[in-house]
Amino acid sequence: MVSIGAGVKEPGSTRQNKTGSWRTFKPTLDKETCIKCVNCYMFCPEGCINKDYDIDYDFCKGCGICEVECPVKAIKMERE
Amino acid sequence: MVTKVMSANQAIAEAVKLANPEVIPVYPITPQTTISEYLAKYVADGDLDSEYIMVESEHSAISASLGASGTGVRVFTATSSQGLALMHEISFAAAGLRLPVVMADANRALSAPLSIWNDQQDSISERDAGWIQIYAEDGQEALDSILMAYRISEDKNVLLPSMVCIDGFILTHTVDPVNIPAKEDVNKFLPKYKPDHAYLDTKKPMSIGTFTDPSYYMDARYDMELAMERSQEIIAKAHTEFSEIFGRDYDFVEKYRSEDADVIIVAMGSICSTIKDVVDELRDAGEKVGLVRVRVFRPFPKTQIYEALKGASKIGVIDKNVCFSIGGVLATEIRSNTGLDVSGFIVGLGGRDIKPSDIKEIMEKTKNPTKQTQWIGLKKEEH
Amino acid sequence: MELPNKEFLAPGHRGCAGCGATIGVRLALKVLGENTVAISATGCVEVITTPYPETSWEIPWMHVAFENASAVASGVEAALKAQGKTDTNVVVFGGDGGTADIGLQSLSGAMEREHNLIYICYDNEAYMNTGIQRSGATPYGASTTTSPHGKESFGENKPKKNMPMIMAAHGVPYVATASISYPEDLMKKVKKAAEIEGPAYIHLQQPCTTGWGYNPAQTIELGRLAVETGSWILYEIEEGEFKVTYKPIQRRMVKEYLDAQKRFKHLTDIEKEKIQSHVDAICTELKI
Repeated sequence: MVSIGAGVKEPGSTRQNKTGSWRTFKPTLDKETCIKCVNCYMFCPEGCINKDYDIDYDFCKGCGICEVECPVKAIKMERE
Repeated sequence: MVTKVMSANQAIAEAVKLANPEVIPVYPITPQTTISEYLAKYVADGDLDSEYIMVESEHSAISASLGASGTGVRVFTATSSQGLALMHEISFAAAGLRLPVVMADANRALSAPLSIWNDQQDSISERDAGWIQIYAEDGQEALDSILMAYRISEDKNVLLPSMVCIDGFILTHTVDPVNIPAKEDVNKFLPKYKPDHAYLDTKKPMSIGTFTDPSYYMDARYDMELAMERSQEIIAKAHTEFSEIFGRDYDFVEKYRSEDADVIIVAMGSICSTIKDVVDELRDAGEKVGLVRVRVFRPFPKTQIYEALKGASKIGVIDKNVCFSIGGVLATEIRSNTGLDVSGFIVGLGGRDIKPSDIKEIMEKTKNPTKQTQWIGLKKEEH
Repeated sequence: MELPNKEFLAPGHRGCAGCGATIGVRLALKVLGENTVAISATGCVEVITTPYPETSWEIPWMHVAFENASAVASGVEAALKAQGKTDTNVVVFGGDGGTADIGLQSLSGAMEREHNLIYICYDNEAYMNTGIQRSGATPYGASTTTSPHGKESFGENKPKKNMPMIMAAHGVPYVATASISYPEDLMKKVKKAAEIEGPAYIHLQQPCTTGWGYNPAQTIELGRLAVETGSWILYEIEEGEFKVTYKPIQRRMVKEYLDAQKRFKHLTDIEKEKIQSHVDAICTELKI
């Protein structure tokens, strides 16, 4: 059963698709070192780092942008 | 309720004024242009409260129509010929997104060679797009059909766009007395469009125009097929209620002196007026001939057509279009959907005049068929 | 700028790891907020965000086809006006192909008609969704699948179409370029675009890991290199007034930017020099 015109009335429903399974390298964020510069939050293509600097591993694809953009090297990518 | 003498284009504009769509995106093309002009004037004079957008192409006219309809309001657009062909891609999207856009098409030949004159190749070529198609015989029917088109398209059991087709110049630029219904009556017939399947509302966000993989697409198309089938019932209901409120009767097919006829001619659009004259003349001379006019072409009223034709011994079908190497589309579809043996006639392409004598020739050839498809009205010395 | 914590583009979308386009869409939507309707042209963003029966969009969203996003948006804007919702933002996201090539006519029409909408071209400089074919926005020297380098070719042999200036020539009240690597600059521009009465056009460069050929982790770094080398200039044109919004302290060599990407790997030093001189000429004129 397809909705009329294949419209979707559940906003944000791609959240059902946990893209974390795509990941090869996993970022870990050291909150002690973190200076809360918002770089990782701003530059995440998934929007899966929040302003409390928690990473949502359900969706993190492991692209590594956050590690590169962290000015104090608080984020490390490690093979899972 | 007033009666005024006007062209079918003006009649359509009057219908649009009564239906009061919130958004009207249009682009001029002969012979549709005066519809756009009348509507612009109504808006300029404050007689019609619509957002009128004079876009930069027919492609954008239909695209803006989808945008507005997707937002959740009633829309109208109009086009012809090349313009309709340019809309082709988005015509499929309109039906697929289940947006009840209503459009008038001033039937005109498709290029090349370039022609601004009438035939029905343009809309016939859109027959697979998923639109309801109605072919009007005169200005009154054009007006009435626009009102009915909104009623049918916006019905929750249908939600498919509608195209009301009128023959270019023959109807668009000639005048007839047309009865303009009262606004209160139209409001009774046509409730406000309140969609719950497609809207762009920040209070309840939805996504329209998604990407389907093979596990969904086919079912979505099948739903359109079901909607098209269901539309038969909704159209019948619209005809009944229209008759009750406005006193004018319409059906999927019009039977003109065909009940006891031996020879029946089938056609669509304004040519039927000429055929009716010929039928009267031949009836006076004692011949049992009649006309069946197909008014609703999509959904294809196969049962109604079969019932109207089954008693005749000879059937001739007139097409103002051609599907090369096959013949006329109406003839082909009647053959394949009713199993009846019909002779096909291609006439009037690119505005070639169709005289009563041509209709008589078609009657004769229908009685004594030699070929499945014949072209009538070609210059004799050349063929 | 105070930004809402809410993400208006949900995760779980099918964008490549390191996708630059989704960064741009996320940031733009954070500025525009929930009273916004988005329209997409067919392309990467459209395909990756709405795999039926799911959608990433938290705001109303519509897509019809490739070349008509601006026309669809025109109809949406008119309908919202008819509904009395004149405070709702209408934003269009079109890729460089959907903007500079196939969608140029409908964009031109919408801008000329002064619809109150924000058009954001997310420019990854080729048709990435169909597999890296050249577009009018592909830069000189780039190798794509339809402008490949070879014995007789150094890749794309024409300069990038200057979309922002085409928009400026329409008299669009607000035109700007932006980069996802300069989020404050980008977001300020989106805010201005939303506040301005009438149409606005933002040409947003966004590196594409797949099409440009670099490690996904380098997406922001590549965007930064483009700007720091003068290969992509951040400016705005407000009511006809041109202003560079970011000047690198010390312009870096274009070679650095080119060498970081597979699409330029084949270029000879002579070609790289040619590109450098072209960049120098523009930057000198703009005092960058």
